[in-house]
Amino acid sequence: MSPNLLETVKLTKYFGDTHAVDKVDFTIGEGEVLALIGSNGAGKTSLVNLISGLIPADSGQILFRGQDVTRQPVHGRIESGIARSFQIVNLFDELTLLDNVALSIFSREGMTRKLFSLADHQTAVWKEATDILRQFGLESKGQALAGGISQGERKLLDVAVAYALKPQLLFLDEPTSGVSTREKAPIMDVISSIVRSQKITAVVIEHDMDIIFKYSDRIVVMHEGVILASGTPEEIRNNETVKDAVFGPSHA
Amino acid sequence: MTTAPLAFETRSPLRILIWAAPIAVLLVVLPRAVDPYQTILLAYGLVMAIAVLGFNLLLGYTGLLSFGHSAYFGVGAYAVAFMVKYLHVESMELFVLGAIGASVLVTALFGYVCVRYTKIFFSILTLALSQVLWSLAFKFFWVTGGTDGLRVPTPKLLGVVTGESEDKIYFLAHGYYYYVLVIFTLCVALMWLIVHSPFGKALQAIRDNETRARFIGLRIRRYRLVAFLVSGVFTGIAGALWVPLNGLTTPDILYWPFSGEIVFMAVLGGFRNFTGPIVGAVIFNYLKSYAVGFTVYWQAFMGVILVVLVMVLPTGVVGTAKLLGAYARRRFAR
Repeated sequence: MSPNLLETVKLTKYFGDTHAVDKVDFTIGEGEVLALIGSNGAGKTSLVNLISGLIPADSGQILFRGQDVTRQPVHGRIESGIARSFQIVNLFDELTLLDNVALSIFSREGMTRKLFSLADHQTAVWKEATDILRQFGLESKGQALAGGISQGERKLLDVAVAYALKPQLLFLDEPTSGVSTREKAPIMDVISSIVRSQKITAVVIEHDMDIIFKYSDRIVVMHEGVILASGTPEEIRNNETVKDAVFGPSHA
Repeated sequence: MTTAPLAFETRSPLRILIWAAPIAVLLVVLPRAVDPYQTILLAYGLVMAIAVLGFNLLLGYTGLLSFGHSAYFGVGAYAVAFMVKYLHVESMELFVLGAIGASVLVTALFGYVCVRYTKIFFSILTLALSQVLWSLAFKFFWVTGGTDGLRVPTPKLLGVVTGESEDKIYFLAHGYYYYVLVIFTLCVALMWLIVHSPFGKALQAIRDNETRARFIGLRIRRYRLVAFLVSGVFTGIAGALWVPLNGLTTPDILYWPFSGEIVFMAVLGGFRNFTGPIVGAVIFNYLKSYAVGFTVYWQAFMGVILVVLVMVLPTGVVGTAKLLGAYARRRFAR
């Protein structure tokens, strides 16, 4: 098995009486494409929010490449190589698609500290941004405003902005939510081919089981703040406990 | 194979020079074409344009509405007045340097407190802190001259040209006007560079979506603080340039209605574009001057204009002109 890229040790987050994430021990190996599934309120997004630094943990540890990043601010985790996309798309709506991606590159390269140089003259950055948009099939929309493109394109752009940070670990929070059934597979095809070709370790939160079984190497199932099961898609498909808790009796 | 982005062509500085050059020529020849009063009025407008350019780095580009920019304008003006009173300095260059130093200190201190907050909390904090300075200028009259203010005589420009031997009006409408014009041009060029730099892009990103900005690795507070600092220094420079024009500085320029006027100028020109604040400042200056001469109810007149502006032209004069221009181009293309 591949060495662990990320490990959480008894990671805990309570919201009042709700145990959103309850002493979770979660690991992901280098190069894995892992799916995180569970019913609504299972704690999937909370776990990703904790690891990415959006919310602080109550207790427990997050180890990335063996280093404790539990108390690191968001920018520190990004510098370490952790990036994410969002369930509800988070973009710079009043900027162009090119600007959205270029900003990630500027930030990654520490260039956003430059006050006295023209952004447009950083040719290498714009070329890279254009290349990334091409990989995601968005090149023709480079000059459009992010707020003016379709939901499917916004989902792709959200991932492209995170991808431009050159992460080692990429969290994809429901990358196909809110798009039509017809658009889901093409979007996942694009994301999957980029993630696999660049050997990026990825965690995908998704509700669509066809997508989960098709695109992931391993599946982790969460239920009521704890990890219920972990295994290959085939193992999870045949797991009776998972069937009852997540898929419901009709799937039994 | 990669291609150069379209963004490269549409934002070329050469395109800006095409329309900026005729305006620059007009500004240079103006003192020879109009009477001195008009030139001095324009000098006031250019000075305020520097202040509003600074203010708009926060409002238009960072999404932070400051109601306390009178503080930094006042710091610049009082720095000059103190240099005259206590250090007997006469050089305009030293005045500007002193104003920059003073505004860096005050803006860094105020900014450190204010950038921890956003929206209404940021606005109220900036307002409150500016009123602290106003009350200090108002109460410590033995230092600040109180409501009588501090007089600032005609300064020496570049250590060579002096206003002492010539008519003051002539000096302000010629030598000093050109001095203001040069600093205005430098400030415009510098601000244009800043807002089009990667740093400027980062500010716009923070304005648009703070959460996403954090998740591309931007340290939000640090960027806001630098923007606050730059903004305050520009406004401080404007304060320093304003005092010799006015000949006197009083606590009025630290009082909150003056901050309101700066906001008004940005809204008038349009704060979502680079030139809006410049145009807004110049127009406001003329509007106010003529309104004061026209009616004793000039505040009511200005208030009506502000209401109409917000309701009818929310993108300001420049924003509306751009929309009309785009509409005309579409009609013409048919």
